[in-house]
Amino acid sequence: MRITHIRLVSQIFFIGLFLFFTFITQFGYLKGYPVSLFLEADPLVAIATAITTHTLYRGLLWSLVILIPTFLLGRFFCNWICPYGTLHQFIGWLFDNRSVKERIESNRYRKVFALKYYILIGLLVAAVFGSLQIGLLDPICLFFRSVTVSVLPAIDMATGWIYVQPFVHQFAWLVGFLLFFFVSMNLVIPRFFCRVVCPLGATLGLLSRFSLWRIERDEKKCDSCNLCLQRCEGASDPHTALRKSECVVCFHCIDDCPHAALSFKMLPPLSHEVTLPDLNRRRAIFAGLTGLLFFPFSRSSGDLTKNFKKEIMRPPGAVAEPEFLERCVKCDQCIRVCPTNVLQPALFEAGVEGIWAPIMNMKMGYCELNCTLCGQTCPTGAIQKISIAQKLGLGEFAKLGLVRTGTAFFDRGRCLPWSMDTPCVVCQEVCPISPKAIFSREAEITNRWGKKVKLTRPYVDPTLCNGCGICEHECPVKDLRAIRVTAVGETRSQERSLLLK
Amino acid sequence: MERREFLKRAGATCIAVVGSALGAVWLHDSRSGAEYFRDSKSKKTKSLKSYRVNRMKGAVDMAIVRGKDPDKMMRAGLGEMGGIGSFVQKGDVVVIKPNVAFDRPPALGATTNPDVLKAVARLCQEAGARKIIVADNPINQPEGCFFKSGIQQAAEEVGAEVMLPRPSAFALTKIDGEVLSTWLMFYRPLEQATKVIGVAPCKDHNLCSASMTMKNWYGLLGGRRNQFHQQIHDVIADFSHMMKPTFVVLDATRVLMQNGPTGGRLSDVSEMNTLVIGTDMVAVDTYGYTLFGRDPDKLGYLRKAEARGLGSTKWKEQNWREVLAG
Repeated sequence: MRITHIRLVSQIFFIGLFLFFTFITQFGYLKGYPVSLFLEADPLVAIATAITTHTLYRGLLWSLVILIPTFLLGRFFCNWICPYGTLHQFIGWLFDNRSVKERIESNRYRKVFALKYYILIGLLVAAVFGSLQIGLLDPICLFFRSVTVSVLPAIDMATGWIYVQPFVHQFAWLVGFLLFFFVSMNLVIPRFFCRVVCPLGATLGLLSRFSLWRIERDEKKCDSCNLCLQRCEGASDPHTALRKSECVVCFHCIDDCPHAALSFKMLPPLSHEVTLPDLNRRRAIFAGLTGLLFFPFSRSSGDLTKNFKKEIMRPPGAVAEPEFLERCVKCDQCIRVCPTNVLQPALFEAGVEGIWAPIMNMKMGYCELNCTLCGQTCPTGAIQKISIAQKLGLGEFAKLGLVRTGTAFFDRGRCLPWSMDTPCVVCQEVCPISPKAIFSREAEITNRWGKKVKLTRPYVDPTLCNGCGICEHECPVKDLRAIRVTAVGETRSQERSLLLK
Repeated sequence: MERREFLKRAGATCIAVVGSALGAVWLHDSRSGAEYFRDSKSKKTKSLKSYRVNRMKGAVDMAIVRGKDPDKMMRAGLGEMGGIGSFVQKGDVVVIKPNVAFDRPPALGATTNPDVLKAVARLCQEAGARKIIVADNPINQPEGCFFKSGIQQAAEEVGAEVMLPRPSAFALTKIDGEVLSTWLMFYRPLEQATKVIGVAPCKDHNLCSASMTMKNWYGLLGGRRNQFHQQIHDVIADFSHMMKPTFVVLDATRVLMQNGPTGGRLSDVSEMNTLVIGTDMVAVDTYGYTLFGRDPDKLGYLRKAEARGLGSTKWKEQNWREVLAG
């Protein structure tokens, strides 16, 4: 049994586990499974949120399970565990039509691989200022998001195995396209994402400098045949001075060397390798500058303050917006677990910082009253784990009051009993609060034909409304609903409150 | 060029020419706009059959049962009406249609009491039913509603099959009502059904005043149900034309007295420990309305249904019994 076979079994296990978790992150299957485990164990999520919040949220302690072995073995995560890396390796292998010589050339180190470090620097500097954007390119977040938003709906369309009633996600085409793009780039450069883009790989690469075990080449046995490059996954130049920050511990070089010149040794001499990534200092500073300027450029667009977007209703239990943007890693686990499809990946509705973070869209769904699943799965505390009692303001939370995500407002010009002399009040019927947050007054009018008609006309009681949006969702005026919920009145923000008391 | 090659190539060309010409002619659609829309309107619709059973002359058609144990209450009530055997026979596929509309726990009275469902299911099994299907198209999310209302667990305990309202389970169905002619219906449960039993909670309703056994069939419909409210009393009367169940149970073990149909506080609920079993939905609902302390003469859909000959509000003049059970 070769080490590469054991590694392959490990990869298959972890990608299977990851996909299993994406499948069961749904009411009915969830039970007690630790579906957020990959995100909680992701060192970049832990490090970046520690930078933005100065804390390590709950389950993120699991990141030590990856971090500590990295200090021992190097970037083993990338080729033993990372499900996204496994996907890239698999697709690259499946569609590989290169000769041995071409493969060797394709696995040589290229200067462009430094890009992932510049990306990481930019992202971390932005994090220092309070804008968490690592989720855009972190492989676990990206993969979970892509599966949630594009892949599972596609599977469901073909088989009906995923949802009871099909889910849709806005801009699923964009997310699906990006997944496809990164995966297909493996046909140009093997492990393109892992080598050129991945900020987690860059993080682990930088931390590899401390690892005890490293690939060592015996110069006496080596005849520079370059065959170790045939299947080198990290393009780390094992044929000369190993680039430790690129080595993903795939062990292919050891397998392929015909002279047994390569081995995985503890603390070999550092003079035989290139320990740190090949970065140009000025370019690194430039990357930092990009991250630094990103913050004021995006915040001064005003989306959080004067020009806040009414569409950005966040899930119940979400922290205030500036802190939300420090915590959300856009993994879209909340979107996956939400039973009504109300949570949607934003594009620019919350400003450029909020891409793919969850917002509620009442045309698609509404917030189910007796449900707090989003907070249960959020790995970073962007949505806190609140109980149903806290959400509804019951028992010990009665003094605190209920959690409001917004308030409903009638558009009387569109409402059937208000302007069209037609009975309705579906909104009042479905309002789940007791006493209802929508009340009514009887009006007797004379219609255009002279007939006396009794109409029940609805009103919102903003002291009771929690912004769940089922009224908007069920309103029969389907194009632009006659009752609409906006973020005003949300309890997580003093700035956007409506009533004094 | 050799003759063989000539024949091969000219032949292939011939086939291509003739093939495309024939294909084009075969696919050709020369209908006018009027014809096109007329054809697309006449889609295949399903029909509903009647699930009523023949009743013996003089049989008791309505039982009002008081008690605390739903199992004993159902037995006592049906016992007065001729026993379960006069409704369900060996080999029957029974669809039990509860109200699972909202993601509420049973104590809040917004959904059918799971113990009542179990009692009805057990009786059907004793009568020899081959299969029991529990189905509803909730307003809130189906999986959550079935679970939180306790109906999922109840069905599992009695070995009944829960059918969830997936899009493929719906079909356009003829209703032939005064307002509704055809409508998208949750048809799959009915495909195999030989008997249908409605088990409806007794709830205050903000629009139609009370949701009872007639309104319960709303949960079998899909599509744009949120339009029914524009003519709610006529539509509810249409429901009693659309569905002719084997019998219905008005689950008044807990009555939602206010803030219906969703409720939300225990103080909205009154424990009335009553079941009303009957074959005439109009009669059952007429009695049920009095449980709210309201006057049935004022309930629009009852008057409309009676005027259309779909049932009678004069249950007192018919064969009914009141029973005390366990």
